[in-house]
Amino acid sequence: MSIDLSQFFDVFFEESFEGLDAMEAELLNLEPGKEDSETINTIFRAAHSIKGGSGTFGFVSVSDFTHVLETLLDQIRDGQRTLTAEHVNLLLKSVDCVRGLLGALQAEEEPDLSESNELKARFEAILGGESAEEAEGEPQEDTTQALQSTTYQIDFKPEPHLFKTGNEPLYMFSELAELGQLEVTAFHDGIPDFLEFDPEDCFLHWRFFLTTSKPEQAISEIFEWVEDDADIKIEACGGLFEDDTNAAAEIDISEAADLSEPGSVTEASTPEIKAEPAPKADENIAAVQKKVESAKNTKKSADSTATSIRVGIDKVDSLINMVGELVITQAMLSQIGDQEITESSIAALQEGLTQLAHNTRDLQENVMRIRMLPISFVFSRFPRLVRDTSQKLNKQVELKLVGEQTELDKTVMEKLSDPMVHLVRNSLDHGLETPEERIANGKDPVGTVTLNAFHQGGNIVIEIMDDGKGLDTEKIRSKAIANGLISEADELSVEEVNELIFMPGFSTADSVSDISGRGVGMDVVRRNIQALNGSVEVTSKQGVGSTFTIRLPLTLAILDGQLVQVATHTYIIPLISIVESLQIDISKVSKVGKGLEVLRLRDEYIPILRLYDIFSHQGAREELDKTLLVVVESDNYKIGLLVDDLLAQQQVVIKSLEANYQKVDGISGATILGDGTVSLIIDISGLIKLSGLRRPGSTELLVDLKGEEAEPV
Amino acid sequence: MIDQVEVNQQLMFDGESDEKQFLTFMMHDEEYGMDILAVQEIRGWEPVTTIPNSPNFVRGAMNLRGTIVPIIDLRMRFGISAIEYGPLTVVIVVSVQIKDQQKIMGLVVDAVSDVYSIAEEKAKDVPDFQDSDNAYFVHGLVNVGQKMVVLLNLEKVLDLSDKSGLKG
Amino acid sequence: MKKILAVDDSASMRQMVGFTLKKAGFDVTEAKDGSEALNLAKQQGFDAVISDVNMPVMDGITLIRELRSLPNYKFTPLLMLTTESGLDKKSEGKAAGATGWIVKPFNPDQLLAVLKKVIR
Repeated sequence: MSIDLSQFFDVFFEESFEGLDAMEAELLNLEPGKEDSETINTIFRAAHSIKGGSGTFGFVSVSDFTHVLETLLDQIRDGQRTLTAEHVNLLLKSVDCVRGLLGALQAEEEPDLSESNELKARFEAILGGESAEEAEGEPQEDTTQALQSTTYQIDFKPEPHLFKTGNEPLYMFSELAELGQLEVTAFHDGIPDFLEFDPEDCFLHWRFFLTTSKPEQAISEIFEWVEDDADIKIEACGGLFEDDTNAAAEIDISEAADLSEPGSVTEASTPEIKAEPAPKADENIAAVQKKVESAKNTKKSADSTATSIRVGIDKVDSLINMVGELVITQAMLSQIGDQEITESSIAALQEGLTQLAHNTRDLQENVMRIRMLPISFVFSRFPRLVRDTSQKLNKQVELKLVGEQTELDKTVMEKLSDPMVHLVRNSLDHGLETPEERIANGKDPVGTVTLNAFHQGGNIVIEIMDDGKGLDTEKIRSKAIANGLISEADELSVEEVNELIFMPGFSTADSVSDISGRGVGMDVVRRNIQALNGSVEVTSKQGVGSTFTIRLPLTLAILDGQLVQVATHTYIIPLISIVESLQIDISKVSKVGKGLEVLRLRDEYIPILRLYDIFSHQGAREELDKTLLVVVESDNYKIGLLVDDLLAQQQVVIKSLEANYQKVDGISGATILGDGTVSLIIDISGLIKLSGLRRPGSTELLVDLKGEEAEPV
Repeated sequence: MIDQVEVNQQLMFDGESDEKQFLTFMMHDEEYGMDILAVQEIRGWEPVTTIPNSPNFVRGAMNLRGTIVPIIDLRMRFGISAIEYGPLTVVIVVSVQIKDQQKIMGLVVDAVSDVYSIAEEKAKDVPDFQDSDNAYFVHGLVNVGQKMVVLLNLEKVLDLSDKSGLKG
Repeated sequence: MKKILAVDDSASMRQMVGFTLKKAGFDVTEAKDGSEALNLAKQQGFDAVISDVNMPVMDGITLIRELRSLPNYKFTPLLMLTTESGLDKKSEGKAAGATGWIVKPFNPDQLLAVLKKVIR
């Protein structure tokens, strides 16, 4: 039978990754010396399952490595060994390592074994003379097996010159058959073309399944004389326990069994050499092959969708309910359509349409909910991160997770992870003090980092709080002055000073540390979060702690948009970035630099970007007093977009323009309006770049917005 | 071995061994052909949404049952003089793999013509087009009866990031 | 059609065993731990049981012991899947009433070859 094992790979990887997550979580709960047997058991079972599966599916690198893990865990489980902190650390590293190996295998890449080999060596060192024990174990096993009947798979592939050694394979086979029940398959795929066929050579090879109560040695003895003239593989694949009472009468019983099955006797004594495989079997294989092929194909198409979401059955059920309602509404409407048009049917039609609108909205909300996952998916990686980082920093930290069940869009979640890791590392590294410092300041030596998530309006808010020393405003201020970000004379409030840490290239750490250095600053965190249409802020009190607050829209798939008209074109500006829309008072417009117009709005100067100009559209209104200015904010800068008119505000579903085309500067995506036409969504920060208002790689606008030299037009 | 047999059978069922089917269309009185397997559907011309600052041959973006599809004017792509779109003007929607990515795009052409089965090896290599910059887009030339059909290499025609075939 | 109960906490192993046995013409029921298997075995009759050893809730050895004590499973082949290299598990299984064992990892052919000894 030919079965393609690859069809089970997806399930194997999925369950293995889950197993690793469980292992990790349990390991983090472990306190050496206080471990309970169920926790150890759970960890053991996860390692055991991964080892078993990877062995079965041929992932030798994983099964070899997990074997040592399993051995150690087994000893701990049996009480032969006590768990130490070193074990836990090593096991945690192994979880990462196995994750890496499996990840590579899943991506059909060659896994990098350097780490696993190193870890394996360390485990083996702990296990001591384990390999020697194993070597002793083997023969022991053999002697017991002598009392049991075992099935062996024997592959016998003679060299062509076998006959010339004077050996007769047929005799060996009947000898094998005498050992027990024998099943033979002959393979003739090595037979060459007729012209090259030498009748004195052996081109066949065989596979046997032998069930015997004799030790493996008895089999290898049969092949002893041809060992060097053939490939011989003998592998035990399982067996039966003989009943104790019958053990003595073993030979009699096996004979009796042979007699009761005459077919097996003849088969055993004269091995059936299937030179021509029966056509029926061939058909069968072909049928399987076909199914395997089709299975492969379905698998391929599933793979191309890249990622999957696990959805709770309750969510699916509620969707099915809603589709049911939709079907009923549709039936009602088509029934009305079949009737003659009367006043009452029009009223019914209107009612039906209201119902339809209601159904559609419900359905939309619920479909969006499918993409929503609890934030615990992101939070769950932090216990490990905090543990490792605090160890490295010699700090004592307690991590509190609040609001883990708060849901947000899967795509947002994936992109949120990195900025959060950065902020948490930052809190551990720069926020929290060492235990000594904390004691000196009258604080609990154990610092606390809290991750808190909750919904607020259409946003999810995530707070990263620490009870550390807070931001050092004096240090930030002097650093900003040294970096030329502010001048000595600038009077800044505490909040304004704290804001400075989000400026590019800003770092207060005296030395770039291993933890939060790496040349990545808070500016990158802010940029990444803004790319998700979100914001990040910090509040801090010296000596008490800091809180970083991330605000994000719940989903990336839908956006509240302001439709605007530019010449004959309709664009969408994200409502979240709009500060205000106004008619321009020409007397307050000045020109600076090379024709850049700025509007003096209260205390600020707002650069005016003519959308039609940036997008090269003809036929738009150009007179400032006949147009409207939409003031938007991005990256802390305000700019004004000149449009012909404001149209409706509506929720739009964001579609990719890149999927079939390419990235368009100043455009973040597209949507489909009510009339079926495509409308493009404006990307404010992209637009600023496109307008040349900002140097590439800088967040500073080219104009000095506090520019006193601005001249009236 | 069994795999091999199956593959051969597959090929036999796929029709006359090595012949491929081509959809042909007219442009500037010339007949062009493209692999019919790439063609998704043929639609009439309808107004599209302009994509700002795109090359002139990109007419804009269209909504194809919820997917945003760019529409390319093939005359402009080939640098042939533009004509006004008329009732015969069609958009051929194709799905093409460009640099590992499957993309759906629409091509505006003067009119669709026919479907031919052509043995690929009959296609002649492109003669040295001294007078054309578009040889780059051409996969081969083939005679059907009296007519000559230019078989296009869609991957190159639609790879908008590749400017090697275009002058200026 | 002979009915086999396949017990393993790993979904991929369960699927592989199930798929292989179905291909070989058996009627296969899957269970994810010993306790689920025991309940199934009490509700319906099986001609053979193949069980993993290490499982949550109820392990394979306990399952075999429980099954063997049921009148309906007095003579039923009970096979254990084992990766344990030591002898302890095998003898523990045997003492619990297991008919035989299958060494993990195994491939579908090996599984069927061993199974053939007890059920055809």
